Amino acid sequence: MQKLEFILRRLLSSLFVLIGVSIMTFFIARVVPTNAAELYIGPKARPDDIARVTKQLGLDKPLPVQYAIYMSELFHGDLGVSLGTKRPVLTEISGRLPATLELLITGMFLAVLFGVPLGVLSARWQGKLPDTAVRILSIMGVSMPAFFLGLVLQIFFFRDLHLLPLAARVASDLRFTSPIKDITGFFLIDSLITGNWAGLKDVALHILLPALTLAAYPIGLIARMTRASMLEVLEQDYIRTARAYGVREAVITYLYALKNAIGPTLTVVGITFAYALVGTFFVEIIFNWPGLGQFTVRSLLGLDYPAIMGITLFGAVGYVLINLIVDLLQAWIDPRISLK
Amino acid sequence: MTMTSLEVPALKTEEKSTRTFRHVLSVIVRDPLSLASTIVIILFILIAIFAWQIAPNPLEGAGKTNVGNTMLAPSGEHPFGTDKLGRDILSRVIMGAQPALIVPIGVVLLAILIGAPLGALAGYKGGWVDELIMRITDLFLAFPSLLLAMAIASALGRGLGKAAFALVISWWPWYTRLVRGVTLSLKERYFVEAAQAIGVRDWVIIWRHILPNTISPILVQATVDLGTVILAMGGLAFLGLGTQPPSPDWGLMVSDGRTYILTQPWIATFPGIAIFVVVLAFNLLGDTLRDVFDPRQYR
Repeated sequence: MQKLEFILRRLLSSLFVLIGVSIMTFFIARVVPTNAAELYIGPKARPDDIARVTKQLGLDKPLPVQYAIYMSELFHGDLGVSLGTKRPVLTEISGRLPATLELLITGMFLAVLFGVPLGVLSARWQGKLPDTAVRILSIMGVSMPAFFLGLVLQIFFFRDLHLLPLAARVASDLRFTSPIKDITGFFLIDSLITGNWAGLKDVALHILLPALTLAAYPIGLIARMTRASMLEVLEQDYIRTARAYGVREAVITYLYALKNAIGPTLTVVGITFAYALVGTFFVEIIFNWPGLGQFTVRSLLGLDYPAIMGITLFGAVGYVLINLIVDLLQAWIDPRISLK
Repeated sequence: MTMTSLEVPALKTEEKSTRTFRHVLSVIVRDPLSLASTIVIILFILIAIFAWQIAPNPLEGAGKTNVGNTMLAPSGEHPFGTDKLGRDILSRVIMGAQPALIVPIGVVLLAILIGAPLGALAGYKGGWVDELIMRITDLFLAFPSLLLAMAIASALGRGLGKAAFALVISWWPWYTRLVRGVTLSLKERYFVEAAQAIGVRDWVIIWRHILPNTISPILVQATVDLGTVILAMGGLAFLGLGTQPPSPDWGLMVSDGRTYILTQPWIATFPGIAIFVVVLAFNLLGDTLRDVFDPRQYR
């Protein structure tokens, strides 16, 4: 019962935040620019054009009315038309989403894959050499700008070692040799379920560098958080009891402690998802990845307001949802949380 | 409560803040990594302040082109090489320290100046004031900070000042949240209760007794944040939303050098390393300070 109440309360507060978020995006895109109508048309706008667009956008109406119109359009799935591509913003976003999500999820997968074991290692050898090494490595990871790390990896793995491709999502000749059938939009999955092994290999090789670039920051955060929460758990009575019973240290660390230390780590994974989402903007530019990030940056520079508004809203909604999911997951893993 | 315990707390505040500061210094001096980081940070700040005097060619650093010298590899004359417009990259890295390092420091200071008093007010007053302030910060924190800054920066129009303003807008809520937490725990302490008991006005209590005691957690948080804000500022510049050419800025220089990364890697590498080293220094220092003081214990 308490769990249900917790979930409902959490859903309700998320809903409030979402409404606030919509007001803020509305403000940024409509109110902050001094003359939105002029920006919508471009620098060569004529006065009568401006008047027409002002009316068309409803900019002559009072702000609350403008907001109401904007919200009703939003509920009908209408985010407006991109000024850059002249296509609906929603179409643009949904069309590019799979590429970005595939990169994001692969990056976060790598981050957890490296981050959690590094954190555990660090906690187990607290104060010793491995701990110091992991500490410095994680801090280096969170200090490296993604837009620079990507370039360094390109020099190293493409130019010097000839191991990995420079950029793009697939090799340019792949569509002639073994084209990937677009089913889910996730090329790794698509090539896997159609048994396109050459395609799978190509996609995997292409995603490795961008995903690694993206993962550097989360790896650092996750390793630090895992270490901290492991240390807290390792001090507890049940661990001492297990030690007293002569349970092997490895079993204690990986089986008993890690299980209870994973909760706080999960929160960090949630938070870093947001960092990584913005990180994809830089990674996509550097690796010429045809996703949301490229579109975002082009819209930001081209003052494509409907697109900027749509993406900001989309990013905030994604962030709120991830936080919601993390909270619910935690309540599920650790029943004590929903009782608070 | 006796009379003495009414007088002592006020003294204790003063004592504590100087002691904390000395404590911070002793922590830094004892840990070689933190000491090295501090020296690096001070060095870069000095470079930024005296950029015009230090840069071998300040005019090229500021943006003057030199078409006879394009794309020269690093050499004795140009230790970091030259860029596509023939400008000495060492000079540009030195001149770029101001927007890339000093401006983020200003951003964090402003964010603290806005965020901290609001947080103290929310935590001290409680009730609807608290509710109102915290719901507003929740809204700002519902966005990934950098995404919000990008949207605001582009809505305002591009430029260093606008990017800095956008970052302030996205960052202040973190300090409100932090200071509110600290204030909640301070509110229960004797020196605040004592001040209330003798009828000191609320804003005086906040200003004289609460805010001074939030300085050390703020300082720790600010050190870590500075690294993040420098990265964010570099990111905005890289995307073209911050400093505009021909002015120098590390993020912008990495972006300029990106096209030539395989053939003339020095153009992007040196400014990239500059960002990395400065951010690393702040993060290493912040990490040590956090281990010692842990501002999150108040949350």
